[in-house]
Amino acid sequence: MLEILQNNWLLFLVGQYPHGPIGGLTMTLFMALTALALCFPFAICLALARLSPYRWLRLSATAIVHTVRGLPLIMFIFWTYFFSPLIIGRAVGGVETLIIALVVYEAAYLSEIIRAGIQGLPKGQFEAASALGLGYWTTTWKIVLPQALHNMLPSMVSQFVSTIKETSLGYVISAHEMTFAASQVNNVLLTQPFEVYAILALTYFVLCFALTSLARYIERRISAGRVAVATPAVAVAV
Amino acid sequence: MGYIFDLRGVLSGQYFDWFMIGLAVTIALTCAAWCLAMTMGIILTLIRMIPFRPFEWFVALYVEYHRNVPLLVQIFVWYFGVPSLLPRPARQWINGHHGEFLLATIALGLAAAAYVAEDIRSGIRSIPKAQNEAARSIGLGYLGAMGYVVLPQAIRIAVPPLINQTLLLFKNTSLAMAIGVGELTYRTREVESYTFKTFEAFAVATAIYLAISFGIMACGAYAGRRLKLENA
Repeated sequence: MLEILQNNWLLFLVGQYPHGPIGGLTMTLFMALTALALCFPFAICLALARLSPYRWLRLSATAIVHTVRGLPLIMFIFWTYFFSPLIIGRAVGGVETLIIALVVYEAAYLSEIIRAGIQGLPKGQFEAASALGLGYWTTTWKIVLPQALHNMLPSMVSQFVSTIKETSLGYVISAHEMTFAASQVNNVLLTQPFEVYAILALTYFVLCFALTSLARYIERRISAGRVAVATPAVAVAV
Repeated sequence: MGYIFDLRGVLSGQYFDWFMIGLAVTIALTCAAWCLAMTMGIILTLIRMIPFRPFEWFVALYVEYHRNVPLLVQIFVWYFGVPSLLPRPARQWINGHHGEFLLATIALGLAAAAYVAEDIRSGIRSIPKAQNEAARSIGLGYLGAMGYVVLPQAIRIAVPPLINQTLLLFKNTSLAMAIGVGELTYRTREVESYTFKTFEAFAVATAIYLAISFGIMACGAYAGRRLKLENA
């Protein structure tokens, strides 16, 4: 196992980079980060639409979210794979395809997290804002979102973990990422599939477990902060 | 573009049959993996209840492995990796008996079991300790308190998330196409490459996936309403 790692660590890390497209773990992380960053604005819009007072906006956002949640990611990847060349008008690479599919898919899931974050805020925040005469947008940008996003930080990290795991589907459309790199290594070695895929699984595990632990740590910090803030407020009230 | 969207081509003759076979395999895979996931999830929960540290660590490791490694990679480990460790006769038996279906079932089921175990645990955890104490104080033993008081309430709480897991499991069966299981996504690609009717083929598959997913979601919503505890 160590020998495989010694001979192929560069392929796992950056793919065929100097002689070909960049890939491996680097591409996995790049795609996950890009997809999450790009889907963020869409997710906020969807979340706000789902909580909007307008019925048609609420219903259409709900329909979008449920449709996305009802389909396997692989279906989105294939739709993007066949559709985006028609829209853009040129061939689209595996990496771009995967990022587009992930943005659509993650936006629906992230919007649910944001919605929960907004709904988790105490009602007094909204009432205080409107008592101060702030309008909908000011309340949303200055009062609601900053607090909701802060409280959601752990869920965001978990979502990043899911996105990293989902980039492994790039294998299906030959996007150069870590799972694809591992399958290349396996195709060269042929005789040690267990070792190769164990290395792959272990790499994902170390990366994702570290991030999951980080999410738990942030969650503890935030809830500890909440208790610390709440205590003096009670003291003042008494 | 002059592209004419016409479903007749992909919904007639053998192509319709391919979709139906694919759907049947998807459903069979979902059911088989679901049974494995429930059994394994309950076993894991039981192991975790034994107050013996190494058992707890084992379950924790099991859950963390299956939650932090992409499902596709888990499927690859089972499909490409595990048979190479088995003795030759076992390997030949697997190859001769639709090994990809069997191994995909194992991979999907064991991965879902980790989530099932977590859902059952949080169901049990959400029952106030006083329930258990009250049951013990009226003379019920550990098993009686668990069986008559805690578990019936915990199951009510755990059912909606478990239905959600079923939905995820159903969607995840599509990953089995990567190892050549002839399920819906795999068959769709076949229809697509035979007919060149890309959008029609994927529209049909999308509609089938959505119909079943919405069915499962509706069950989840119904169960959530029906099983909600009055004072919860």
